[in-house]
Amino acid sequence: MSDPHAIDRQIDRSHMQVTDEVAIQITGMNKWFGTFHVLRDINLTVNRGERIVIAGPSGSGKSTLIRCVNRLEEHQQGQIIVDGTELTSDLKNIDKVRSEVGMVFQHFNLFPHLTILENLTLAPIWVRKVPKKEAEETAMYFLGKVKIPEQALKYPGQLSGGQQQRVAIARSLCMKPRIMLFDEPTSALDPEMIKEVLDTMIELAEEGMTMICVTHEMGFAQAVANRVIFMDQGQIVEQNEPYEFFNNPQSERTKLFLSQILGH
Amino acid sequence: MSTANAQSAAFVRREMLAEQEPPLSERGVIKWMRENLFSGPLNTLLTILGLAAVFVVINLALPWLLHSVWNANSVAECRAIIAERYGEGAHGACWAVIRERWPQFLYGFYPSSLYWRPLVAFLLLFVALAPVLFAHLPRKMLWFSMAYPAVAFWMLWGGSIWVPVMVMAGFAIGWFAYRVLLPVSGAILASIAAVLAPVIWWLFLSGAVAGALQSVLPIAIQSVSSDKFGGFVLSITIGLCGIAFSLPMGIVLALGRRSDMLLVKALSVGFIEFIRGVPLITLLFTASLLLNYFLPPGSNFDIILRVIIMVTLFSAAYIAEVIRGGLAALPRGQYEAADALGLDYWRAQRLVIMPQALKISIPGIVSSFIGLFKDTTLVIFVGLLDPLKGITDAVRASIDWKGVYWEPYIFVGAIFFAICFSMSRYSMYLENKLKRDNR
Repeated sequence: MSDPHAIDRQIDRSHMQVTDEVAIQITGMNKWFGTFHVLRDINLTVNRGERIVIAGPSGSGKSTLIRCVNRLEEHQQGQIIVDGTELTSDLKNIDKVRSEVGMVFQHFNLFPHLTILENLTLAPIWVRKVPKKEAEETAMYFLGKVKIPEQALKYPGQLSGGQQQRVAIARSLCMKPRIMLFDEPTSALDPEMIKEVLDTMIELAEEGMTMICVTHEMGFAQAVANRVIFMDQGQIVEQNEPYEFFNNPQSERTKLFLSQILGH
Repeated sequence: MSTANAQSAAFVRREMLAEQEPPLSERGVIKWMRENLFSGPLNTLLTILGLAAVFVVINLALPWLLHSVWNANSVAECRAIIAERYGEGAHGACWAVIRERWPQFLYGFYPSSLYWRPLVAFLLLFVALAPVLFAHLPRKMLWFSMAYPAVAFWMLWGGSIWVPVMVMAGFAIGWFAYRVLLPVSGAILASIAAVLAPVIWWLFLSGAVAGALQSVLPIAIQSVSSDKFGGFVLSITIGLCGIAFSLPMGIVLALGRRSDMLLVKALSVGFIEFIRGVPLITLLFTASLLLNYFLPPGSNFDIILRVIIMVTLFSAAYIAEVIRGGLAALPRGQYEAADALGLDYWRAQRLVIMPQALKISIPGIVSSFIGLFKDTTLVIFVGLLDPLKGITDAVRASIDWKGVYWEPYIFVGAIFFAICFSMSRYSMYLENKLKRDNR
């Protein structure tokens, strides 16, 4: 298998423990965009400590699925329970879930009018009501973790794509989330910047964070994920632990997909 | 070494060449003129035509300006002086009219013994505006900015100090109601109370309380009624109130127009489209004439206040559309990122969306403000004495200054230009200051 971003580092698995506690429970979920049936009968249980990679061709609904988890998209049928809170049209519940679930976007979505430090402290100060000084200390701690503390006073436009995405990860972490969602975090990056973002994500996984990642980085999936989900046409086609998924795919659709992205 | 070396392929330079100036045609003024004025036959022709036009204008205006008269008591005296100095038939500007009548252009028919009051209000305006316009000034100054409307009102209209104080107290009451109710009843009820409480206070209580306080502790200055206002005092009062109130109202309307709530959206769209579809003069006539039919008989609703309300509504509709453009220009990711971080609607708007949308909209907003300020001259149609026509006509109608034509208009125009140009320069300053990306 030739993967340009094969993970060659040693992964510390001592904190990667999947518990019995349910973090996300999705049952019988359906979603339509107008008349287009974009997600069909999704059933998915994510336990705390799981690291799930969702793969699939574009338009298969994988981004829409994780966007439903923090209600950036609204589902029309079925049930989504995040951390014991069901997502309904109740705004209180939505805000509660959103403050517990961090999200990293393909295009970073940093706030360009604020400095890096302000980007990181905004939500803790206004949502969590953390005192400014404490929020700044937390922000600097996480900027240190993503290895760019020296950029704290710059604006997002002055940073490279990889740095911006690491800031975006740090921004989510500042809210001390219990679950992290990654929506194609490396797809908009130049090849040499992908590694720095993946390294940050691996470190997060090593600390035992519950993660759902929509990504095409199969090296990352093999190294870190405990489960890979393959989606096509709005449905979960196959899911398995990574070794089995890559070496012994069951469905024809999965085999075709894997041969296209891995077999150069 | 012999000079034979110069002939062979190998070459060694013994002396370095000194730097030389570029040829005459490639430097300084000549280069600039070649590039900017005479770069081709068409441009050369246009340059010559342009110069000719400038020459004609100067030829006409310059003698008139050079023959200015500053000291005279009437047009006739002006003309006599010009004729005496520059010969019969010479034209000259008679600035003496401005010299004699400038207080009227600035203050209208405001009592001359009280000119100091609008002046104080005007000077304090800069103190109040400074912290709003320039973010690096101490934030504590904003307290004065907040109190300024009451100060300015008292300076301009006079009367008992308790009237503006009680009006301001209404805002404090609203804030207090919000604070008390927020933990008990939630944000929506608290917001409603924060609006209702002051309205009830202003309508039913503030007058009586102000009267009572006035009888206990009489602090009052001579009051000046609205029909004495005129000139730039009037223009600036209306323009400034319009600007100050139309921006927040425009923001609310822009948000309303993008709202998911059908009723809010319909109301906003209806309001914006109605106001934009009607000339300002129509609204002013409505304010001055029709409104009286709808109000209870005998109620005295100040004409300047009515005009301010109409101008504000008018400008707010335009500003709403400008801001909507700014909102539409923001990538959806900004909304999603704010949502994903758990910011609620109002916090997301205030902290993430509006700062960016307003920044994009600055040129459009300032254009609206400039338009609004110039539109204040339309108040002449409801009988208020604007500087451009109201005061100028009043001056030209006097026996002494009958026949003066250009000078008052040039004077008024110059003041309008100075104010509007300052606004435009400030908007450029702000744009530059808020420039964030160096991509």
